[in-house]
Amino acid sequence: MKWREILRVAAEAIWKNSVRSVLTMLGVIIGVAAVIVMVAVSAGTEATIQEEITSLGTNLLFVQSSFARGGLGSNPNQGLVFDDAIAIAEQVKGVAGVVVEQNATANVKANGTTLENITILGTTPDFPSVRDIEVAEGRYFNQLELDRKQKVVVLGSSLAEELFGDANPVGEVITVGNVKMTVIGVLAPKGLVGEVDYDARLYMPITVVFQKFTPSNLAKLRGDRVRLIYVEVAPDADPEEVITQIELLLAKRHDVSLDSADFTITTQQDIIATQEATTAAFRSLLAWVAGVSLIVGGIGIMNIMLVSVTERTREIGIRQAIGAMPEDIQMQFLVEALLLSTAGGIIGIALGVGGAYIFGSISDMRTVIVPESIALAFGSAAVVGAFFGYYPATKAAQLDPIEALRYE
Amino acid sequence: MSTPIIETHDLKQVYGTGDAAVHALDGVSITVERGEFVAIMGPSGSGKSTLMNILGCLARPTSGTYYLDGEDVSGLDRRQLAAIRNRKLGFIFQAYNLLPRTSAVRNVILPLIYDRTKHLSMQEMEARAREMLTLVGLEDRLDHQPHELSGGQQQRVAIARALVNDPVLIIADEPTGNLDSKSSLEIMNLLKTLHERGRTIVMVTHDEETAAYAERIIHLRDGKVERIVHNEKTKARVAA
Ligand SMILES: Nc1ncnc2c1ncn2[C@@H]1O[C@H](COP(=O)(O)OP(=O)(O)OP(=O)(O)O)[C@@H](O)[C@H]1O
Ligand SMILES: [Mg+2]
Repeated sequence: MKWREILRVAAEAIWKNSVRSVLTMLGVIIGVAAVIVMVAVSAGTEATIQEEITSLGTNLLFVQSSFARGGLGSNPNQGLVFDDAIAIAEQVKGVAGVVVEQNATANVKANGTTLENITILGTTPDFPSVRDIEVAEGRYFNQLELDRKQKVVVLGSSLAEELFGDANPVGEVITVGNVKMTVIGVLAPKGLVGEVDYDARLYMPITVVFQKFTPSNLAKLRGDRVRLIYVEVAPDADPEEVITQIELLLAKRHDVSLDSADFTITTQQDIIATQEATTAAFRSLLAWVAGVSLIVGGIGIMNIMLVSVTERTREIGIRQAIGAMPEDIQMQFLVEALLLSTAGGIIGIALGVGGAYIFGSISDMRTVIVPESIALAFGSAAVVGAFFGYYPATKAAQLDPIEALRYE
Repeated sequence: MSTPIIETHDLKQVYGTGDAAVHALDGVSITVERGEFVAIMGPSGSGKSTLMNILGCLARPTSGTYYLDGEDVSGLDRRQLAAIRNRKLGFIFQAYNLLPRTSAVRNVILPLIYDRTKHLSMQEMEARAREMLTLVGLEDRLDHQPHELSGGQQQRVAIARALVNDPVLIIADEPTGNLDSKSSLEIMNLLKTLHERGRTIVMVTHDEETAAYAERIIHLRDGKVERIVHNEKTKARVAA
């Protein structure tokens, strides 16, 4: 039997019942569209995170407190403190910069305006260079100001504009919380990186934040705790060697063995690997969602194909009487099921690509269409059609011609 | 004389088993020569349709042998029977049995589409279908669908379909059963013409007038051949 004829008959059968056919395809359409949108969202998220990591600057090490037993605060002798960062900067060879951050929020008053709940970022002088942020006006604070806990602030660009408009804020005094502080600089715009708006914050020596905004009784014993120390490895230094030095130094300072260390050191590669593992987990979740919706779609196709076989029993009988082989009948219905599922697949792909595009442009989420996801979606739709079309098609092929001809 | 088109020996068809067994055919041995026009008659339940199903290779007998065009087909399987039906047989049914919502040409083409031996192109098939429809007088109804045609016209499409593969035997089960007398007459005259051109036809009918077109009438009763009547008038007419 000619392929063109098989295709023509299958297409006509689908076309003659167009409403029913579209309803039948719906499962596959939704499944395929969902897969494409979700893959696009996950790829977009991945790309954003990748950029975020890169924007942190290259060659960064992350030294983090880890609390093997008991959790945070259970032992005041555990965990990183601010002095650890200073020690790393002073004693470890091959370190280009060390940054420590401490967040707080406070209301900011200046020039007659009050802004509520502004994020304060306490950092160290290396922050602009480690994070690749430029200072547009004035300067960033220096080590001396940090050591002396001087009340100086650097404004993010949008914050500066909100408070002072076009005027140059350098030299002005603002009130942060209830502390009067002098503006010494304004950062160049950096924009949104991930969730963080670098331009809407204000920056000050971390020592001032510890003292004025996040005071702690424990600090009197060992110094102020920090969660995370960023270490920028010098371009000519070996990161592994720097890691070993930091490990030895901190182990000595905390009086712990390396096996029971209260800190962990991760590289950007480690973070990327973790990210990839997370994405892989998300992907497998997607695969399940896709699988379930395609199976539901497939059952719908099988259902409608069984109805179609029953409705066309007499037609099957006629074709058999005239000399159609069982495999001719089987192929006819198999192709019809395949056509249904792949047409659903194509519609689903179109909706998915369009949906991902629209979703990406109206929401904050970024979407990236992955070509493989289109191929995969189409392939899965075809497999579903063949798999769920097989039983009805085989049933049709096995009908007895006499019974089929007698069917009303 | 050449080999008969149909030669059966002691055909039996039994439905069910034990006490409930129905002997739909109980030893039917008949011969139909090439070019013959044979009618099969008999009361309801006498086994006419059962016999036609076997002669039409739609069913296999419980026992007995059937030579179609010199070939023993009583032991063939589903696929082999399908191939025989496709190449050697043409069917005309009481209910026309055309594919709905399918044009006359598409209906007539059908047997050629399932032909695995001829390898005709679509154009050749369509040309042949048009030729057959012209033969039955429907050259101006080529693209009409069954619901746009009268019963008699539909049956003529069915006849064109039965002829398109140039069969050795035409099987007609009550071809005029659903038609009024005028259409019946047209159809029977068409079958007569085909017969006169050398076609072999076996036809079931309830109607004496229709049976009168045949050269021989095989009467069945309770699954057995009751008697065979030679229709001298028809014979004479063909001979003349
Ligand atoms: N599939 C079947 N299963 C069981 N019995 C059957 C079957 N087909 C036919 N029979 C029985 O076989 C006998 C012959 O049936 P058949 O249909 O051949 O009769 P018929 O001569 O064609 O009758 P009619 O003139 O009413 O069409 C009947 O008793 C019928 O009930
Ligand atoms: Mg009957």
